[in-house]
Amino acid sequence: MTFIPKPRVGYPGQPRNALGLTKEDYEGSLSTLCAGCGHDSITAAIVQAFFEMAIDPTGVIKMSGIGCSSKTPAYFLSGAHGFNSVHGRMPAVATGALAANRDLVCIGVSGDGDALSIGFGQFAHAIRRNIDMLYLIENNGVYGLTKGQFSASADPGSKAKRGEINRQQAIDPVAVAITLGCGFVARGFSGDKEQLVPLLKAGLAHRGLALIDIISPCVTFNDHEGSTKSYAHTRSHYRPAIFADFVPPADEILTTQSPGEGRRVVLHDGSSIVLRRIEADFDPADRSGVLARLDASRAKGEVLTGLLYLNEELPEMHDVAGTCRTPLTALDYAALNPGSEALAEIQRNMR
Amino acid sequence: MPNPPGRLTPMPATVQHPPAMEGKINDFVIKIATVNGTGSASANQLLMKALFRMGIPVTGKNLFPSNIQGLPTWYEIRANAAGHGARSAAVDVMVAMNAQTYTQDLREVAGGGVLLYDATWPRARQLQRDDITIIGLPLARLVNEHFPLARVRILMKNIAYVGALAALLDLDLEIVKTLLEESFASKPKLVTANLEAIMLGYNAARAAIDCPLPIRATPLTATAGKILIDGNSAAALGCLYAGATVGAWYPITPSTSLMDAFKAYCERYRTDPESGERRYCIIQAEDELAAAGMVVGAGWAGARAFTPTSGPGISLMNELIGFAYYTEIPAVFFDIQRVGPSTGMPTRTQQCDVLACAFASHGDTRHPLLFPADPGECFTFAAAAFDLAERLQTPVFVLSDLDIGMNDWMIDELTFDDHYRPDRGKVLGAAELDKLEKFHRYLDRDGDGIAWRTLPGVDRRGAYFVRGSGHNRYGAYTEDAAEYQDVVDRLLGKWQTARRLVPAAEVHRAARRTPLGIIAYGSSNAAVREALSILAKAGVHLDYLRLKAFPFGDEVEAFLAEHQSVYVVDQNRDAQMKSLLTLETGVEKCKLHSILHYNGLPLPAQAVVAGIEGALNTEAVA
Repeated sequence: MTFIPKPRVGYPGQPRNALGLTKEDYEGSLSTLCAGCGHDSITAAIVQAFFEMAIDPTGVIKMSGIGCSSKTPAYFLSGAHGFNSVHGRMPAVATGALAANRDLVCIGVSGDGDALSIGFGQFAHAIRRNIDMLYLIENNGVYGLTKGQFSASADPGSKAKRGEINRQQAIDPVAVAITLGCGFVARGFSGDKEQLVPLLKAGLAHRGLALIDIISPCVTFNDHEGSTKSYAHTRSHYRPAIFADFVPPADEILTTQSPGEGRRVVLHDGSSIVLRRIEADFDPADRSGVLARLDASRAKGEVLTGLLYLNEELPEMHDVAGTCRTPLTALDYAALNPGSEALAEIQRNMR
Repeated sequence: MPNPPGRLTPMPATVQHPPAMEGKINDFVIKIATVNGTGSASANQLLMKALFRMGIPVTGKNLFPSNIQGLPTWYEIRANAAGHGARSAAVDVMVAMNAQTYTQDLREVAGGGVLLYDATWPRARQLQRDDITIIGLPLARLVNEHFPLARVRILMKNIAYVGALAALLDLDLEIVKTLLEESFASKPKLVTANLEAIMLGYNAARAAIDCPLPIRATPLTATAGKILIDGNSAAALGCLYAGATVGAWYPITPSTSLMDAFKAYCERYRTDPESGERRYCIIQAEDELAAAGMVVGAGWAGARAFTPTSGPGISLMNELIGFAYYTEIPAVFFDIQRVGPSTGMPTRTQQCDVLACAFASHGDTRHPLLFPADPGECFTFAAAAFDLAERLQTPVFVLSDLDIGMNDWMIDELTFDDHYRPDRGKVLGAAELDKLEKFHRYLDRDGDGIAWRTLPGVDRRGAYFVRGSGHNRYGAYTEDAAEYQDVVDRLLGKWQTARRLVPAAEVHRAARRTPLGIIAYGSSNAAVREALSILAKAGVHLDYLRLKAFPFGDEVEAFLAEHQSVYVVDQNRDAQMKSLLTLETGVEKCKLHSILHYNGLPLPAQAVVAGIEGALNTEAVA
């Protein structure tokens, strides 16, 4: 249930961003998820990222499907329009909204059931279409609202709360997204906000679809021993491959954090991502290399994280469609209606 | 030896037509049997337009296979001085260009009619009938001798039968020539070649039989102010003029040509000539689920958005339709109905999605439906659908069908009032929000069941959370019994408003007072109007109510109340409109009788006449 209003607790002297807004202005209603749910940590990271980037909530749309994760858009940016759609269909609804108004800043939140089972087709086609959306998968390997069934991202060998062992292969959204040609593919962990916030910011600044798969343990149904999506298992198998610092357009980069290792990628809005290699030979521009690295970590049971693949050059949906720069919703009717004379002209070859 | 281009002097006639042939002037059906993928469409268009330019009312029905190349296909052209445009079951002139279908084609010719076949090959044994005139012309041979290129020969053989028909039916060759010049304005060589092919057929016919036949055309002036157009093109124009900007779709016969036409019109009228920027966005979705989701997303964001589809697409779209109904998002669905259930017959027509659309999706849902009767109404109802969808904040369906959507109809020229402005409904901007203490999405402030809405990206005071889960009048999540019921009851109130806003049914009174009524909708109109004129001549009079929309207005209740027996024409097996009338009006069920036609072919007047006569005879016997 998402109807509990959150009390506003302001205090004098709290930090304000470039828009003069406080972090509180980026919050939403009170979460009704289980205490300790990974999703709530992600919500906090989202609030942090939007606040730090000083994005006006008015211009943001928060899209989701159905499931625990899909409830979370109610818990951040109460000043933005939210859309809790149909199970697995968030990408299509977001596509339509962005087609209508390309100026909207779009964040889509799905779970592993929403994105990798019922909505797997829409997940793939949103990537193929490269809509300008930050697409988060809050991935816990389990169906929570229906009480503990395996999801498509459950690893083979992982144990359900009721004891059943999963013997089916897992769908890895990161590997799939890279294969599909997604231009921004990352993996994070709800328990690592330091890594997650810059990833979210980079994903928001990226033009086109930015996918972040976020391991987000379900404390009620998938946090036991034998589960590969528990807090304990994720922490012990956590393997950051690369660290991405997000640098807003105005900030001059004085030094890279690790001399010789940092690489700066400039995004379309003038901001940039400084990539710090943790693994010496990891190159997020090398698609086949990244896939091979993902395969190796899967074999070892590692959770490989970071901004794993980046390609800033892909055309976004509107580039392909050739849509005008002005949002279609802002066009005057006069710009859309050819008028009665044109209608007469059209009909000249109909007789 | 080839004829010089444009030479109009015919060869002398050599054969007399049998005296049995009935004289039919400006009232005949030509049926052309060919193989699909051989380019006969342009030949058939040429023939139809020639009749139209001679001032003779004409319609064309394409009976085509769900196939790309190699299967039998037919095109029927009906010329009718009185302007009746329904399909006629009686074929007067059969152009049998496909040996595969000779047996069937021969059988369909009405007594006293004509069958034209290609005599390049020996006359097939099955082409024997004494009561019709059978004319064999060596069209393929003539064309092959005249045109050196194999690719051209196939096309020109089709043009040659137009030439033969021009001689047989006394078509104006100058008009044919003008039409070719218009079609190939930039390719004069093609005009010459086509004219040569025309003359090959023309002269061959004149050489074979005394031309023209008693079945023939003669100039009229009955097509002034008219055009020939298919419903999908007209609906696309309606979307263009309504200011629709987002179209999402998944290709499906018979709706595909609607989006093709919209795209073509947008390329021409909505593209900036300098920058090439497009003032529209068409998205080919991965399936109909996604197409519906895109339309709903775009409608929510404030665009006029639509999707063209057919029955199988409607099945898939159901979940988003119910969502849009409950969350009150405008969306326009064009259902170009085809034969169901399941894949059914994709290239045949039916009105089989009436109930599926009226109550699409699970839970208590109901949706306004519009029933265009011809392409003219596809144009006007398309615009009306967007106005209704935005005014009512709900999905609206335009229920066309394959017969309207893909066939060529003669209608009054489309007109557009330059004073038209889209009705965007109750959308609040910053100025309106200034005057509000607090915005609540689902509050009925006006008492008409329609709440006020806001668009994303406009003002944070208008921000709300769309949810398909239970919500109260303020837009908040609820599992409270009374709060839930409050919202769905208001939706029912909105339905009452819809009743007043949708186009009213049209009543045509019989020449005499009558206790009998007939109700029809959509593409049945043409056949019903013709049937009523036939029945009136036989002394049978019925008042006619043509439904234009669901929900039904008071005029429908009144019509049902004032007639003892009402016949409901449905192009489906299960009498779907009769069911809907029974469910949604106060009519006694025993008053309603069905006239059903659901074999996939467009409804002919004869089927309606037979239905009424059969029912009246049964009643008389009883």
